[in-house]
Amino acid sequence: MTSLVIAEHDNAALKGVTLNAVSAARQIGGDIHVLVAGSGCRRVAEAAAELEGVTTVKCADGVGLKDHLAEDIAGLVVAIAADYSHVLAPATTFGKNFLPRVAALLDVAQISDVIAVEAPDTFVRPIYAGNALATVKSADRVKVISVRPTGFDAVAGGGRATIVDLVAPPGSGKSTLVGRELTKNERPDLGAARIVVSGGRGLGSGENYRKLLEPLADKLGAAMAASRAAVDAGFVPNDFQVGQTGKIVAPDLYFAIGISGAIQHLAGMMESKVIVAINKDPDAPIFQVADYGLVADLFEAVPQLVAELG
Amino acid sequence: MKIVVPVKRVIDYNVKARVKADGSGIELTNVKMSMNPFDEIAVEEAVRLKEAGIATEVVAVSCGAVACQETLRAALAMGADRAILVESDVELQPLAVASLLKSICEREDPRFVICGKQAIDDDSNQTGQMLAAMMGWGQATFASKVTALDGKLTVIREIDGGLETLTLSLPAVVTTDLRLNEPRYATLPNIVKAKKKPLETLRPVDLGVDVTPRLTTLRVTEPPKRKAGKRVADVPQLVASLKNEAKII
Repeated sequence: MTSLVIAEHDNAALKGVTLNAVSAARQIGGDIHVLVAGSGCRRVAEAAAELEGVTTVKCADGVGLKDHLAEDIAGLVVAIAADYSHVLAPATTFGKNFLPRVAALLDVAQISDVIAVEAPDTFVRPIYAGNALATVKSADRVKVISVRPTGFDAVAGGGRATIVDLVAPPGSGKSTLVGRELTKNERPDLGAARIVVSGGRGLGSGENYRKLLEPLADKLGAAMAASRAAVDAGFVPNDFQVGQTGKIVAPDLYFAIGISGAIQHLAGMMESKVIVAINKDPDAPIFQVADYGLVADLFEAVPQLVAELG
Repeated sequence: MKIVVPVKRVIDYNVKARVKADGSGIELTNVKMSMNPFDEIAVEEAVRLKEAGIATEVVAVSCGAVACQETLRAALAMGADRAILVESDVELQPLAVASLLKSICEREDPRFVICGKQAIDDDSNQTGQMLAAMMGWGQATFASKVTALDGKLTVIREIDGGLETLTLSLPAVVTTDLRLNEPRYATLPNIVKAKKKPLETLRPVDLGVDVTPRLTTLRVTEPPKRKAGKRVADVPQLVASLKNEAKII
């Protein structure tokens, strides 16, 4: 039994979510290989070789894989999948994009957003916006699994895997990258932050969002996030969205400020250790999940909170 | 340019799902059902492309029980031209739905399939990508803007960290994200008109597709409940609680 974990990276550095996916593979058991597919990504392969529990890193380094297009990554994975019992990737926009192609080409089901491993063929995954947990058993020869990063602790370093070079296929040309517009952000990564400050429609505007929440995030060294309502209203970019169809986060401390708490939002932050809600509506559903609820006008409470934190 | 739009009948967006007492699934008896919200966005986008003179025909397809006819009628009322129901009482998992859609695409020969990025019931986020792979087509998932020009699509995608722009040669599959458009409400005259639009019913066997589920659901449980928290009176009390009780800052 050998698992193949597809590494997420930007050709320069390994993304932290890969460590959570390797952790899920360790719970499955057996050998673990990691595939690093990209261009000029040797340093990423070296970083993956240090992950605890990984025995082999397969590195496909070539210009055809530079942009990590779904068609090309999936084609490469399928070409080497015969050697594996399990194929895993993080359930991020990277993994969600190519992994179902792998499953379809192998003619197997995919098990999405796994949060626990019960047996090598049995997994737990949230459904219905996290309002239920389904335990599912796969009858397929290869188990194709996307791993929800918050479900598994990151593996440690200290490993010394062998790096094996693969021939990188040329790009298929089915899709072509024109460009990426990445949000510049000096703050911790939302998926990995210990503290998250999140704002909703109650803030009223993008200007208020920044004016009120940035000082709080600065003080706490927190990542910043938002509800769908705040993103739809244009307060912040799309990648700030936490929820059923946005990012899933599980920080130690989550501030929900001016967020009513629709079930779709709760699905993205329910696993946070401590939830603080500040909202002027005492009946807002967010208070039903908050460890500490403060019914107050956020325009007064948030500056006061920043001052109080010293 | 013909467009195929798959639509799924799911629990309504505003209904909180409840686990059945015997742990076999979700209670759906007497629960309001609607078109999956991401699929509504897909129908809207296809209809707009037709209104812009780019698409020639919009075909809505649904796979599932006979009640999916309602979902197809909703798509027709929004502006789709005709509908196909692949009727099945077996639980259809994403791989089976993608196989059925592949078979429909081989019959219909569309230039473009646009579907929701995920259904809000099983939250799988698989079908569009699977269909694209089975057809050997390119894909653009999580689209927030679609432009069709000279037989090519330019798609802006919502990704972790920001946005990405792709061009695709056709045929291709696009899956919708929330900010692609705001779906219209069907008007009463269009709802009436939709009743007269053609709706064809097929069965998986007619398409030669084996829809046997590959995954068995052993049980469905409620997630652990968060224990009830407390209300704090003011900001100093909140900060004191976080420092001394939760010991988190």
